[in-house]
Amino acid sequence: MSDTRQQAQPGSATLTAKRRLSIGGMPSVPLGLLLSALAGVIIAILSGGVTIRALREALLANGHDGGWLTAGTALLALAAIAVLLPLVNAFRRCRAVRTAARRGDVVAARIARAEAGTYSWIALGYTLAQLIVVLVVQFLLANNQTVAKTFFFVPLIVKTFPLVLDAFWINVKIFVISEIFVLIWGLVVALAMFAPGPAGKPLRLLATAYVDVFRSIPAVLVIYLVGFGLPLTGVPILKDFSSTTYVVIALTLTVGAYVAEIYRAGIQSIHWSQTAAARSLGLSHMQTLRYVVLPQGIRQIIPPLLNAFIALQKDTALVNVVGVIDSFNQSMVIAANYYNLSAATTVALLFIVISVPQTRFVERMAKRDRARMRAGGA
Amino acid sequence: MSFIEIRDISKSYGDLTVIQRLSMTVEEHQVVCLIGPSGSGKSTLLRCINGLEPIDSGEILVHGERITGPGVDVNSLRRDIGIVFQGYNLFPHMTVLDNVTLAPIRVLKQRRDEAEGRAMALLERFGLAQKAREYPDRMSGGQQQRVAIVRALAMDPMVLLLDEITSALDPELVSEVLGIVRELAHDGMTMLLATHEMGFANEVASKVCFLCDGAVYEEGPPAQIFGDPQRERTRAFLRSIREAKRI
Repeated sequence: MSDTRQQAQPGSATLTAKRRLSIGGMPSVPLGLLLSALAGVIIAILSGGVTIRALREALLANGHDGGWLTAGTALLALAAIAVLLPLVNAFRRCRAVRTAARRGDVVAARIARAEAGTYSWIALGYTLAQLIVVLVVQFLLANNQTVAKTFFFVPLIVKTFPLVLDAFWINVKIFVISEIFVLIWGLVVALAMFAPGPAGKPLRLLATAYVDVFRSIPAVLVIYLVGFGLPLTGVPILKDFSSTTYVVIALTLTVGAYVAEIYRAGIQSIHWSQTAAARSLGLSHMQTLRYVVLPQGIRQIIPPLLNAFIALQKDTALVNVVGVIDSFNQSMVIAANYYNLSAATTVALLFIVISVPQTRFVERMAKRDRARMRAGGA
Repeated sequence: MSFIEIRDISKSYGDLTVIQRLSMTVEEHQVVCLIGPSGSGKSTLLRCINGLEPIDSGEILVHGERITGPGVDVNSLRRDIGIVFQGYNLFPHMTVLDNVTLAPIRVLKQRRDEAEGRAMALLERFGLAQKAREYPDRMSGGQQQRVAIVRALAMDPMVLLLDEITSALDPELVSEVLGIVRELAHDGMTMLLATHEMGFANEVASKVCFLCDGAVYEEGPPAQIFGDPQRERTRAFLRSIREAKRI
């Protein structure tokens, strides 16, 4: 049978007869990797032990005592030796490699070797993370815990929290109002960038120039120029606004330029065939934008728009340059009075609390959109 | 006076001349099929008639009225000249019903209930009534293209331009779309269609125009063009189509 086939197809038959797959023989133990993991784990556990002891002593010296300290120490110690688990697994798989090799079972040996490698890398990964945590804790404990006290002095944080939170509402007020204005102003500028025909050209140029200029100037400079400049101009109405209003104007001008760009990108992302279909039905330029292009573009720009808003929210901390008492300015006053920066940590925490959920939300939306794209949807 | 009269039009994009001194006529209630190789100017010609592309020279007349050149209200022109595209171009963020009623409500200023009533009647007629509340991406290509035709018909156009409307469809979906065109032809709708479906062109066309290098190379009744083409490049084109078993 095989003879006749060889005669029928001499070329391919001789090829398969001579060639063999070469993917290695019986695998051996990944010794180098295993020893590195062992060394890493020993260092991680030792440094972890030293750090936990120092931490416990520092807390005892500060008058913290009781059951929770013992329990906490025990928990940390457990966490510190947890890197042993993958290492033990790696060693077990290595033994499996040897037994399989003795049996002559190439496949089982390969699988065990691959698993041993994976566990070794896991041990090394956790080791690295543990060392970084140890470094951070050591930094906080440095110089008799001065570092920790400077940034995280809990009694001061608790005492000044109401004051800082009150001032934080100024930040919230500024960014909420600015965001509403930015949404409208950015759209106006974006539509000006798409003004049709030769008649729209000056408008297009103006809008583009505005976006270029205000994207280039640092936000803090615009706040400064508007906040101190407009009152100096003496122009009626414009000179009499409150500092907060000037800040809202400045942020709207700056962020509006970014958001106009985002709108523009959103409008341009809609395929021209959609415009062709709308225009072919007799819809005008503005009707096409209003009913066909914008509703689709908006959907695409929500993630970048939210990112711009998160940036805007953080930029509200710049308003102290014109003397608005926002949370950051308030925390600097506290820092000057107490010679301690813990109130600024409160401000940081407040910004984290409002930013992280929004960031996660944006990521989830982007992920959902990607999934829908892959599914072949709109 | 012909219904549509195209006189000596030319159109180029930069150095690329797409239509070169093309002339042809379409009579009322005629179905005119444009055939020819890719790049022969079929799609561009349709887009010029609809005013989506301005022409460089020549003129197009509808009912003796000039519809090209400066000063023409293209928005109102397009109410009367419908076009259906190869890629359907439905609005993905709207339901089928909203796709169909958008232009009647916004352009013809029909009341919503009136527009929806008319739209439902059209959808019903073409077997799409149960899809009225669906979004386009939930439908097959054939259904989407039928909706696109209904969307154009909802404007009650005087003439319908069909730009290779079955080229993007899977083969088994082609007949449901051609069925609508056949029905419209039977009702006397004036249509100008660019197509690669030679069998269908042979069946429904009152006149077939073979386009080549941006001009009408040969035209005549389908029996003559498909059965006894007079000129050499028409023959070569049809021969290659026959060899590919597409006729």
